[in-house]
Amino acid sequence: MASRPVSEPQEPGTGPVHRGDPTHRDDRSAWHWLLLVPLVVVLIPQLYNKLQPTLFGIPFFYWYQLAVIAVGVGCTLVVYQKTRR
Amino acid sequence: MDGVKTTELVIFTLLFLFVSVLGFVAGRWRRPKDMEHLDEWGLGGRSFGGWITWFLIGGDLYTAYTFVAVPALVFGAGAIGFFAVPYTIVVYPLVFVVLARLWSVSHVHGFVTPADFVRARHGSPTLALLVAITGIVATMPYIALQLIGIEAVLKAMGVTGELPIIVAFAILAAYTYNSGLRAPALIAFVKDTLIYIVVIVAVVAIPIQLGGFSDIFDAASQKFARSPNPGDGVLLGGPAQLQYATLAFGSALALFLYPHSLTGIFAARSRDTVRRNMAALPAYSFVLGLLALLGYMAIAAGVTPITEDGKVDANTVVPLLFDKQFPDWFAGIAFAAIGIGALVPAAIMSIAAANLWTRNVYKEYLNKDATPKQEARSSKLASLVVKLGALLAILALDPQFSIDLQLFGGVIMLQTLPALAIALYTRWLHAQALIAGWVVGMAVGFVTLYRIPQRTFGADGTITIAREHFGGSAFPLSDLGLSTTTTIYAGILALGANLIVAVVLTLLMRGRVKDGEDSTSPSDYAAESGDPQVKELPELV
Repeated sequence: MASRPVSEPQEPGTGPVHRGDPTHRDDRSAWHWLLLVPLVVVLIPQLYNKLQPTLFGIPFFYWYQLAVIAVGVGCTLVVYQKTRR
Repeated sequence: MDGVKTTELVIFTLLFLFVSVLGFVAGRWRRPKDMEHLDEWGLGGRSFGGWITWFLIGGDLYTAYTFVAVPALVFGAGAIGFFAVPYTIVVYPLVFVVLARLWSVSHVHGFVTPADFVRARHGSPTLALLVAITGIVATMPYIALQLIGIEAVLKAMGVTGELPIIVAFAILAAYTYNSGLRAPALIAFVKDTLIYIVVIVAVVAIPIQLGGFSDIFDAASQKFARSPNPGDGVLLGGPAQLQYATLAFGSALALFLYPHSLTGIFAARSRDTVRRNMAALPAYSFVLGLLALLGYMAIAAGVTPITEDGKVDANTVVPLLFDKQFPDWFAGIAFAAIGIGALVPAAIMSIAAANLWTRNVYKEYLNKDATPKQEARSSKLASLVVKLGALLAILALDPQFSIDLQLFGGVIMLQTLPALAIALYTRWLHAQALIAGWVVGMAVGFVTLYRIPQRTFGADGTITIAREHFGGSAFPLSDLGLSTTTTIYAGILALGANLIVAVVLTLLMRGRVKDGEDSTSPSDYAAESGDPQVKELPELV
């Protein structure tokens, strides 16, 4: 596919395009792969579809998924901090 | 029912009146120079910061469906209803990565709706029209769901008939018309404060009253053991595991395609605001999980759902649980929380659908030279029409199918994923192929839903086929000739067909059929507020 030039070209200065030039931003980051962790562990019910061990009388199935919320928050926060500009 | 509950009804009404007044006042909050402009009415001036956006998106995504319909499903079928938790776990990482790009490209080009983006990205007005119509149609049953939530609360207070819903809806329509997105944003604060108070009290007090979670889950296990339905239980049956995962994943993919979810993103002040919120929003997920467990608490408390004309309305179990376990004054507050919690998303959804109508149907096809004032007026009228459509739907529909309404909406909404979400990353898919994929996906979705019968479970555990068609969203794979009892969410199946068609036709068309022109550039997708190419609102108008 043909990509078009920047719609509103800015004066890039005399040197080559440098990192952080806001008109040539890129949001790719290897840190994004970390976000797959909460997805994988919660989208395979075979991993947690059982009663034992219980926690405060709550079957594993339920407290495991509630715990994965914290994993999701943790992963998202880490990726947010690492990819913040 | 033992008549009208006066104390509950008085407190409910007072709180309802309070937020209605707040809605009208909101029109004056951070008052813009000209409310007659669509950006001001529909996006609140695009200047909301972190906290307001957090409340706005949260108030938007956690709806009457969440705290009426999900517990009702847990009450009726058990573990499968808990899919709402993985659904919200999955949605935030997806949004964090994908929708940040939509924020950027939208703020570079001044897009107000998802269809604006599709039009510019694919250079195809037809595709944009399809995306707009899809969004408007899928939103209507979702708004209807909010009314079902209010109806359930009113039923629990002993109010029956259709008048109360119509009055509540008239209030919503009036203040949304007056204040636009500002009304739901301000009310979201009140609503979420109320909900958090009610939820914390509910999840602490009710389990103690009922003797702890062990007793609650024991009561649920015993109920499901007595039930003749093989699909229910406190754990998933084997065939239901794929359905559980696809329901969660499909719902998550659909959620952030809904125009109302995107409105919250468009209205955010910066890309960073969007991303920071995605890390903070899962606080709502935890609340959601606890709310889902209210379904089991209702079982343990011996709640019997209200039956009208021989039909069991499972949506009433949480309101009835509150009525049973709380003093009247607090039950009134809880009912107000649910009622207002239904109105806020209904307002946001109708505004989003209205924006879609104006930008991508009215202005594109009906009045090309519309002035900003005409645009704003068209949006306001459209939001009334959408709400009226939802109101008519609720009066005609059977509340027992409420959770399936949202899932039907998801099947429809998912068909815009290739044109919208995938296009945020690659322009490889051909515009014509995307149109064909949409048509096939819609057809597959319709046919599969048509083939699913509705089974209802009576209060005594009997199963009857209540409807031959459109009875649910769990499609048995045996219908495709596979020798298995496994079921799958119909939306995922339809999306699969959509994607296959889009990819195959792209391969065939690429280089042979002229594709639309892409008017965005790669760096637009990572732009941040303050970048030279990101337009602030005054430059947009």
